[in-house]
Amino acid sequence: MKISLGRWLLPVYSALALLFLMVPIAYTFVFSFNDSLKSNITWRGFTFDKWLNVCAVQNGAVCEAFGNSLVIGSVATVLATVMGTMIAIAIVRYRFRFRSATSLLLFLPMATPEVVLGAGLAAQFLSLGVAKDMTTIILAHTMFCISFVVVTVKARVASLDPALEEAGRDLYGSSTQVFLRVTLPLLVPGILAAALLSFALSFDDFIITNFNSGAVTTFPKYIYISAARGIPAEANVIASAVFIFALVVVVTAQVSSAARAKRLARQG
Amino acid sequence: MASGTFADSGADLELVGIQKRFPGFTAIEHLDLSIPAGSFFALLGPSGCGKTTTLRLVAGLEEPTAGSILIGGADVTQQKAFQRPVNTVFQSYALFPHMTVLENVAFGLRRRKIADPVGKAHEALRLVELDHLAARKPQQLSGGQQQRVALARAIVNKPALLLLDEPLGALDLKLRRQMQLELKTIQEEVGLTFLHVTHDQEEAMTMADTIAVMNKGRIEQMGAPELLYELPKTAFVANFLGQSNLFTGPVIGSTSTSITVDIAGHRVLVPADRAHRHAGEVTIGVRPEKMWLHRKAPVEAADRNVMGPGRVIDVSFSGVSTQYLVAVPYIGTLIVFAQNMAFGPVADVGDEVWLDWHVEHGFGLEDEPVPGAGPRFAADTDTRSIAAQRRESLVTELEEA
Repeated sequence: MKISLGRWLLPVYSALALLFLMVPIAYTFVFSFNDSLKSNITWRGFTFDKWLNVCAVQNGAVCEAFGNSLVIGSVATVLATVMGTMIAIAIVRYRFRFRSATSLLLFLPMATPEVVLGAGLAAQFLSLGVAKDMTTIILAHTMFCISFVVVTVKARVASLDPALEEAGRDLYGSSTQVFLRVTLPLLVPGILAAALLSFALSFDDFIITNFNSGAVTTFPKYIYISAARGIPAEANVIASAVFIFALVVVVTAQVSSAARAKRLARQG
Repeated sequence: MASGTFADSGADLELVGIQKRFPGFTAIEHLDLSIPAGSFFALLGPSGCGKTTTLRLVAGLEEPTAGSILIGGADVTQQKAFQRPVNTVFQSYALFPHMTVLENVAFGLRRRKIADPVGKAHEALRLVELDHLAARKPQQLSGGQQQRVALARAIVNKPALLLLDEPLGALDLKLRRQMQLELKTIQEEVGLTFLHVTHDQEEAMTMADTIAVMNKGRIEQMGAPELLYELPKTAFVANFLGQSNLFTGPVIGSTSTSITVDIAGHRVLVPADRAHRHAGEVTIGVRPEKMWLHRKAPVEAADRNVMGPGRVIDVSFSGVSTQYLVAVPYIGTLIVFAQNMAFGPVADVGDEVWLDWHVEHGFGLEDEPVPGAGPRFAADTDTRSIAAQRRESLVTELEEA
């Protein structure tokens, strides 16, 4: 009997790969319902307690760290998105001295190991005598997020037909009006993607944060520290909640865009 | 232009001593041009001849290196694009993809704070017969519909001058013919001054009152389509606007009514008032459809020029007419268009034929003949080869990007 490799190998391989990816998430989700004591390693029975009293443990340390991460992520995202978008437009649309140097420098933070970036920044803050707190974390996150924003928005700016802006000017729009009514609305998908990416990167970052946070604890830092003595189930709750939130957003976006495409197809 | 008001009618456009240099090359050498109000003016030329740059200068999208631009007598050289009473129909249409068709058309009206932008936009859409699609987004429309929206978006502003940058280039032939007629009708209806840039000589001839043939940043010849076709001044015009059979030879005699030119032993007469040069080496020509094909040597007549014998080397049938390529020894290959008055071709490949034409159909060029350039006849610069070159350059551009 001939065994078809393509017929069996690919599905089996895919299933294993998916399983491998899903197990940690499933584990995190399942153990958020564990009636744990201090550490959350062995299964001790099902409970909704951790979900209902998520801020109760260690005087709300989990929630505080989570809140810090949200604030840092939001502020850094706004700063990086605004500045990164401006840089992206400048690099694509204008010819200026040091233009290619700027492009190269922007690429560096993505290519440099995070440890180096984090340690370097920490040394700078130290030599300048800046106390490490939320501000230093936000500065550090804004710095590395800008690069990703520039790369993402740049692609969008480059694909924008310059004739559209010319048409705006031709149709009696001043530079400001053309930017606000033509350029910016057309860049929105790119800017949104860049902002989402920034937030995810900032929310997720541990290495650079660890070097520049001082006494402030972010969510990844909290988990890392508590991993030594046992991560509380409340951390699983928050991680699961974030995951579910992201999943809902993605599914909603997919469904609504599919519905729109269908509507367009019907009209056209 | 003051906000809240429309231009009353089309306005004159005047370009005085325009020069445009880009880093590395000069797009326009020296350009003087005057377009009277209410006319349909076509700038015709191959790609890279400076015609699009001229249009962009008038629109205010580029600044001239030297010279001035006057619209309706007022100097607008220093004005920005959004201050000029000019609107453009872009080659790529440049419709705003994030706005509905209606909002696209109302864009210019809103910027100028004109009363009732929505009503006026609907009116303009009715003019191009697309009002029923006002709520759609541009990408839901076909190419021809998008083109008409772009046109409506421009004319709704009642500009003193409407600029058309090869707006029909992306349409298929049938739609193009239809849009040409529609554009012409709309121009007559609204009475605007149209400046149309194109590399399609047929399009220019069907639509324009006046054509300026541009080449290498200069205007070669300007005039009514009939004049340009029947009496081209330069070899470039003779070959770009339709096809021509061109011959070069010395003038061996001249009277008050005609000159006689020796073309490889053939005595060819050209009316004196249709020849730009009356002595020395000259280039003369005749249009292929003015030539007659004969199977026998035609009887000599004072009012006809005869050439031959030659041999038919190619016959191609194109419906209303048949194109023959005839190789005449020492002269070169000549093109003859013959109306298909009978079934089947008059001559077959390999047949010996004679050609003749009325003396009054010949023309003499102003060009200095290039010595040793050999027989001069239809160069390979018809619109189809230009379109092919254009496509090639676009493809290489894309590959480089």
